[in-house]
Amino acid sequence: MNSERQNLLGYTLLLPAVLILTLCGVLPMVFVVYYSLHDTFGGNSFIWVGADWFAQILVAPEFHAALARSLGFSALALAIEVPLGIYVALRMPTKGAMAAVYIVLMTIPLLTPSIVVGYLWTALTLPNAGLIYEVLAPFGIDLNMNKPVTAWLMLAAMDAWHWTSLVVLLCFAGLRAIPDDYYRAARIDGASSWSVFRYIQLPKLRTVLLVAILLRFVDSFIIYTEPYVVTHGGPGVSTTFLSHELVLKALTEFNLGEGGAMAVVYFLIVLCVSWAFFVVVVPRSRARSGTASS
Amino acid sequence: MTKRRSFAPAIYVGLLLVPIYWLFIMSLKTTKEIESSFIPYPQAPTLENFQYIFDDPSWYLGYLNALIYVLINVAIAVTVAVPAAYAFSRYRFFGARVLFFGFLTFRMMAPAILLVPFVQIFSELNLIDTHIAVAIAHCFFNVPIAVWILEGFISSIPREMDESARVDGYGLIRFFRKILLPQIAPGIAVTAFFCFMFSWVESLLANGLTVVEAKPINGIMTRAGSVLAADMPLLAAAGVLGLIPGVALIVFMRNHLARGFSMGRVV
Repeated sequence: MNSERQNLLGYTLLLPAVLILTLCGVLPMVFVVYYSLHDTFGGNSFIWVGADWFAQILVAPEFHAALARSLGFSALALAIEVPLGIYVALRMPTKGAMAAVYIVLMTIPLLTPSIVVGYLWTALTLPNAGLIYEVLAPFGIDLNMNKPVTAWLMLAAMDAWHWTSLVVLLCFAGLRAIPDDYYRAARIDGASSWSVFRYIQLPKLRTVLLVAILLRFVDSFIIYTEPYVVTHGGPGVSTTFLSHELVLKALTEFNLGEGGAMAVVYFLIVLCVSWAFFVVVVPRSRARSGTASS
Repeated sequence: MTKRRSFAPAIYVGLLLVPIYWLFIMSLKTTKEIESSFIPYPQAPTLENFQYIFDDPSWYLGYLNALIYVLINVAIAVTVAVPAAYAFSRYRFFGARVLFFGFLTFRMMAPAILLVPFVQIFSELNLIDTHIAVAIAHCFFNVPIAVWILEGFISSIPREMDESARVDGYGLIRFFRKILLPQIAPGIAVTAFFCFMFSWVESLLANGLTVVEAKPINGIMTRAGSVLAADMPLLAAAGVLGLIPGVALIVFMRNHLARGFSMGRVV
């Protein structure tokens, strides 16, 4: 096919997806940018204020603090979920009934609505009645959700419970794509299981891991419902993450300008981090096609 | 394979199921039983929490509402994603790479960012409190993922198949229906699973865009949970029921899913 025909066909096939993403992605983002550059009274009349909101939030300590908390929470979630997910995926039986049973059972947390996850962890941490509280009590640990460290750890445990299986499933799928010949060759060379992991499995998992890390980074960075239910952002503001701060500004205080500016900054941060991931990982994995040495 | 038998997956899955067990037994208890003391099993199992949900239309219709917008969303996402994924997989058109990653950036946006504009847009379109509004809103995170997953599956199918179909006189639409879709059925199952999951789990937008008619169970639970003395057993029962559609989906599609996941072309 010549390139003009390829262009035409390519764009035509993309059209439905582009249209829907314009409606549910581009358009609302334009609104957000518009809010961030205007001041409003009740959402009716808008007055151009330029970059005032940005100047204001970029020096606001609450915004910095919420941003730091969100980044910290994402880092914590990734630090738990990614290694654990890879480990479980490596240890999964490759075929047979048990593999299917594990996969089905593993998806149950993934399919639990966030709001249910929130109430469930509230119940698990109830003093004198919750399971986690009771399990820790004999060890002399008094689970106190009014301590910021405890609240953080419980939220991290909750997020790990909810989403680690996503990493497991993606890695499991990635591992299945490695031809058995690779393992056979490694065995002939007398490779240790660590070097099999380091030089065969990990490189092959590059792309799936990128997806898993990106999804987990983005979704933990924007976490809203669960902390809202479990800790209400407290104790104090210690678990008030960016999304929570944003919803407070935009909806509760109806401060569209400030909320909009926060949204734009927040989107840019996620974009930069994601872009960095792509730059680091994609060029090498895109070159993988057909070559055994990747 | 160099794999040896390991208990790690069994322990991991066991730990995952502990909170589920807790949710389940909580749904069979009375409020007094839950808050007074720690009892790892219900002393006098009662179905009154479930009874309450099935007696109140606003509760049980909440599941139906959620299911409706999730299914519409999955249908839209898969339908628009198949041709797009095919285009990315097969054609070298100008800007393909940038567009492919451009699509993915939509997945990076947060529901919290988009809630206010969505309310404005859907009010303008007179779609507030409809299933279609939530279904469309959820597309911003599901369409990119669907395109991404399907692109992998389509790319794993040799190009020769396209060529021979063209030689046989298949038009593009007939080729999609008769040849491509059956070939990537496991991929579509995996895609549908991911879209279902992300849409079913989301509650900020689903709640913010609905009032009464299309109010999903999330919203009803939020309302019931925000009162001072939240009825935990009732919420637990609602949670247990909330697991059923997802688990049913998995069990129903398990063969396709297992094939899809072991094709190793999720990405």
